[in-house]
Parts: sequence; structure tokens; C-alpha cells
Amino acid sequence: MLGEGILKGLSETAKNFAGSFVSKERLTTVEYPEERAPLPEATRVFPFLVYDGSDWQAGMRCVACQICEKECPPKCIYIEKSKDKKPDYVGKMQIYPARFEIDVSVCMSCQICVEVCPFEAIKMDSEFELSTDDRFGGLLHDRKRLAKSNEYYHSIHPTEAAEVDARLAEEKAKVEAKAKAAAEAAAAKATASAKAAEVAPAANAASKPAGGAEESKA
Amino acid sequence: MIEKADQIFILLRNWIVGFLPAGWQTAAGVVLGVIGIIAVFPALFAISVLLERKGLGRMQNRLGPNRVGPFGILQPIADAIKSLTKEDVVPLNADRIVHFLAPVYLVVVAFMGFAVLPIGRNMVLVDIDASLLFYFAMGASTEVSIFMAGWSSRNKYSLLGAMRAVAQMISYEVPLLMSSVVIVMATGSLSLVKIVETQNQYTWGLPHWNIFTPWGLAGFVMYAIAGTAETNRSPFDLPEGESELVAGYFTEYSGFKFALFFLGEYLGMLSISGLGTTLFLGGWSAPLAALNWVPSWIWFFSKVMLSIVVFIWVRGTLPRLRQDQLMNFAWKFVIPMTLLNLFVAALWRFMGEGWLRWVVCSSLLILVYVVAGRTGMRRKNFGPRSYRYAE
Amino acid sequence: MGFPFWIVAALTIAGGMAAILLRNLVHCALALTIAFAGLALLFLQLDAQFAGFVQILVYVGAVAILVVFAILLTRGAETPKTEGVFSKTWAAGLVIAAAVFAVLAWAVLQSLPGLPHETGTATASVQQIGAALMGRYVLPLEIVASLLTAALIGAVIVALHEKKEEAK
Repeated sequence: MLGEGILKGLSETAKNFAGSFVSKERLTTVEYPEERAPLPEATRVFPFLVYDGSDWQAGMRCVACQICEKECPPKCIYIEKSKDKKPDYVGKMQIYPARFEIDVSVCMSCQICVEVCPFEAIKMDSEFELSTDDRFGGLLHDRKRLAKSNEYYHSIHPTEAAEVDARLAEEKAKVEAKAKAAAEAAAAKATASAKAAEVAPAANAASKPAGGAEESKA
Repeated sequence: MIEKADQIFILLRNWIVGFLPAGWQTAAGVVLGVIGIIAVFPALFAISVLLERKGLGRMQNRLGPNRVGPFGILQPIADAIKSLTKEDVVPLNADRIVHFLAPVYLVVVAFMGFAVLPIGRNMVLVDIDASLLFYFAMGASTEVSIFMAGWSSRNKYSLLGAMRAVAQMISYEVPLLMSSVVIVMATGSLSLVKIVETQNQYTWGLPHWNIFTPWGLAGFVMYAIAGTAETNRSPFDLPEGESELVAGYFTEYSGFKFALFFLGEYLGMLSISGLGTTLFLGGWSAPLAALNWVPSWIWFFSKVMLSIVVFIWVRGTLPRLRQDQLMNFAWKFVIPMTLLNLFVAALWRFMGEGWLRWVVCSSLLILVYVVAGRTGMRRKNFGPRSYRYAE
Repeated sequence: MGFPFWIVAALTIAGGMAAILLRNLVHCALALTIAFAGLALLFLQLDAQFAGFVQILVYVGAVAILVVFAILLTRGAETPKTEGVFSKTWAAGLVIAAAVFAVLAWAVLQSLPGLPHETGTATASVQQIGAALMGRYVLPLEIVASLLTAALIGAVIVALHEKKEEAK
């Protein structure tokens, strides 16, 4: 009958009106500056550099390999290598970036830098309230601003961070196992050589340094 | 005491006028009444604007404006300040005098319609014998102002919007008048005061409002449809639709003139609601005889605001009608139904009291409504497309 | 014949003159609307309420719009009047206008029983008009109704004439 659809529509709107006072799903507005809508986990906005531990310079995972700089499509990353080295998470000495700058007004959030980084050093942040009134350098983020801790990474992308941590721990365990094996092999070799040196009667002075070396190795 | 509350504005006016010499008293009384109308109805306009924005927001699953006062109730003040301080841009080629006069004329004519509405017992500004006719005369004059607005902007899209608006208003004048003629037939007078007084009687506690009769209900529905179209209100707001023709005939208006158009449109809405209340919903009479202690003007304003709420509700629900759809609807469906309503009302009057006339009239109306609804508004099966070239 | 009459009469005549003398055709139509409104006020002054309000409803509300539509749809508004507003055959026009005025004045003066000063009470209430239309003047009413119907159908046919040429 003519008019039935109108009445159904009117009842639906009335339900919306009445329901908006009582139920959350009938009023989906988030009043922005005071409340924020929860972001999904895979939100990505602009990159940031991850550091382990509490010192952002000592714990920074980036080794300035410049792969992300080369792969970035709009070329918004600028890296300068350092002259000295610092130990990374497994203890190996690596160079680090003396300057690492991302121009977020150019960055297009494509995440290619994250995908190509072999060291899990650069990840996507979810902070979007970056507007500033400084039009000359305000949107050029330097490495101090880009460095954020691993705990922060866990807080914004928990599953990803857990996965990354698992992988890094595995690598570290492998390296440590290799080092331990190498150390044990070296220790075994030193013990063997010390034993060989012991049976030589005239090498008194040799046994002392061997003993000293043995004691120092133990 | 109850009567004092009911007549409080009349008593106030008489008291103020008592201070003046005798020769000036009637004129002063009329001026005070005019001041009252000019004070009250724009206040109602502010309330309607606020209700509309918050209500539409809630219906659309969002909050309305809520920053300006507690729950946003001071938003109309912010809007008024904004419209007063915006730059008044007049296009270079526009007809300055007509461009200036169009909103002025609209507001003047919209206010004149309020002069004959009986707002309470003994509370009508001017009591004319043919007051319904006066009201419709004022309503018809609003079309001239819309045309003036569209023409003077020298903008072909404004002109197109104005032409559409005028065509729509003229087509829907006919059902508006014809559904009111039914009331005149039943009451026997064109005077709005008399129409309300006829509806002020009660049987078994229920009032004799015209909406409680079959022809009254049908007439009210058609009056509501025609009234919505007369004031260019959704779903008939193609001429002023924001997504259609920018803003239609008032595209080139900014600042205070735009606010005047807005005021004129809402005053038209209030005025049509006021007339609908007077004709069909019993004007200032109370819904039950027991509730007569509430002052009559409170009933009038509550009924008007209820009509405004229904307007807003319909706006939030229905999509916009296309121009040819609304013209079709007017000429092919509403006008024949109003003619039938005239016939049914005549049957009602001449059949005498009793249950028979209820059954006959209701069944006639329902039958024709269902049949006409199925045939007249059936989706047309379009054949191969035909072209009409301009000559 | 008090002060209000002179004001309204001046307004009506000004509207009429403006309708003839203005350059822009749409301005002329709007000035004609003012003349119609002035006429309605004159009716109201004579206590002919029905006639006055119907004058506004029909003339200002519909006929003025019709005039404007006619102007806009027939391209009369685009060509500004480059020559003067007075036509070349103004003498013949003056003679015809004087003749029409004479006929109308004779008709009006013939129909009045007395002088216009004896206004008396309003004798044509809406009820009496209705009764007269349905009683004494029902035949003219029906003739006017059929005339209007013919006009409406004619307008529809004229607007639809292109459709007849299409093969159905």
C-alpha cells in the first residue's frame, strides 16, 4: 500500500533518535579532542626508529645500511653514517647513523622502508597529531625525535613487536650458541695445548703463562 | 486564577494600554499585539533551528552541535552573530533593488500570516470574517519573493531553482486550499476563530477536533503533504537542496540576507503548522475536557512544536523527490484525493449523526486510497527511449 | 475618501505607470504586481473582503507569476529597449485608451444607484457571495468553469504536440 515504506522509515528514524540516548551503537560519534577513537592494531602513519633498553643512542638497532634510504619512493629519508662503531644487540660492533632524518610532509606511509630493513630497526608509528606551526623544520623529524623504545613499540603493535622480539631473541641465541661453541672449542684447544706444553720438561716458564692463561680462562 | 493564566497576555495588554489616552488605545493595543508576535515567533524559530540540528543529528546517529552552551542550546545565538558579521556579497550584475527587496518581502509576508492565527482564547491579532482567505493570500505571495530572489541574482542556476520552486508551490497550492475547503464546509465559516470554537466542544471527554473524523484525517494528511511542499521543506526541497543546485534560488545571498531567507522559511513552517493546528488539531483547545485548566496558548504552542517535530522527523527520514516525481504526485494523486475528500465530507454532513456515516466515509476513502495508490503511483514501464528536441 | 485612499490610489497609479515606463521587462512585471496589490487594498477599503483577498491570492500569487513566466519563456527579457519607451503609434494608442476609459466610466456610473459617498454597511459577505454563485449566477459559473477546463486542456495539448509525431 502506498505509504507503507514511509511509515517503516519513520519508525527506523525514531528508533535511531531514541536509541541514541541509551545505546552506544546508535550514537557512533567520538567527540574528538576530548576522546579518541581506538585505532586498529595495524595502523600506520609515519616511521620511527626502535631502540632496545633505556639509552636511545646505545640501544638503537639501526646500523645505517641505507637500504631504506635507497628504497624509499619519495626519497624522504636522509642518513649520514657515523665514523666510529658501537656494539649492537648481539655484541658485534656496528656503525650507527649520525644523522637520520625523515621529512614527514613527503613520506607517503607506504611502509617499504619497514619491509626492507634487515635489522628490524625502523617500524611504523601510529601517532598522527603531528601538525605544527613551524613551516621550515617542524615536519623534518631528526633521529632523536624518531627514536622510540621497544616498550613503546610493544604498546602500539603488540603482536608484531612480540614476533620481532622472538625473532631477534632467536638470532641472539644462535649467535650466543655459536660464540659459546667457539669459545668451548678454543678452550678445548687451549687445554690441549697447555697439556702438550706441560709434558715438555724444560718449558717451566711456558707452563706458568699456560697456567695463568688456564686460570684466567676458567 | 485559571482564567487569569489563560488570558494573561490580554490582561497585560489591557493594563499597558490603560496608561494611554482613550484615542490611542486601540492602535496601541494592536501595536502591542504586533510586538508580541514579532517577539514570540522568531524565538520559536530559534528553538526550531536548534531542535532541528540536534534532532537530525540524533536521527543520523551523531550528536548535533554541543559546544556553544550546555548541550549546545546557545547555538542559535552563535548563528545569529555569524550571519550578522559575514560580508554581504552582491554579484556585480545583480539587480540591486530587487536583490535587496526579495528577502524583505518574504519576511514581511511570512509575518502577516501570523496575524490571523488564534493563539489562545480571545487571542487573535485581527479577527477578520474571511481570515482563512487572508492567510492563503499571504501564503501565495511568498512565491513572488522567491521568483524575485532567483531572478535578481542573474545566475541561471538560481533562476532554474526559482522556477522549480515556484512551479512546485503553485502546484501544491491547490491541494492546500482544497483540503482547507473541507473544513470550511464542515464549519460553515471562513473565520479561523469560529473554526476553533466549533472544535472546542467535547463528547465523553474527547474533543471534536477535525482530525478525528475520516475526512479530517485524510484532509490533514494531504494538508501536511501540501504544506511541506509549500515551504520547500524536505522531501520537497529540490529547489533549495544543498546537493542539487548549490542552494537554489538563494545561492547568491550571504550574511544577513541569507539569514532573512532562513527566517522566512522557518516562519513559513511555523505558520503552516499554526494553520494546520487551527484547522485540524483544534487550535487552542485541550485534548481532554479535564485538561482545560492548562492555559490555551500553551496548547497551541505545544501543538505547533509537535508539528515542527514531525517536520524534522520527516526530513530526517525521506530522500528528496525529483521535480517530475513531485509534480506527478501533486497532480495525479493528491488533487484527485482532495476532490474525493470534498465529496466524502459532503456525504458526512448530509448523512446525519450515527455510526453509518463513519463506516461509509472511512471505507470510501480507504478504498480509493488503496486503489489509486496501486494504479496511479505504479512504476511506469518505460518503452524504448523517445527524444524531444527543442525547437 | 480619507487619507488612506489617497495613499493607496497613488501607489496603484505609480505601479501602473512604472509598469509602462521601466526599461527592464521583469521590473515592469513586478511593478504590475504592486498595482495589483494596490487594487486589492482598494477593495479592502470598500469592505469587500472576499474580493480583496481573492485579488491578492489570484493576481499577486498566480497571475503575476504567470506574467513573469511568459516573459522569461519568450525571450522578452533579453533584448533591452534601445529605443525609447514610447512607441511610434502613440496617438492611436491614446485614442483607444480614451475610448476604453469612456466605456468603463459609462458602465460604472450607470450601475451605481447613488453617489459613492453612501457606502453603508458591507452587503456582500462571503456567505452571500457563495449563495449567489450557486443560486442566481450558477450558469456563468459553469460557463467559466468549462472555459478554464478548455484552457487547461488546450495548454496541455499545445505542450505535448511533439509527442504526437513520435511513432508509438
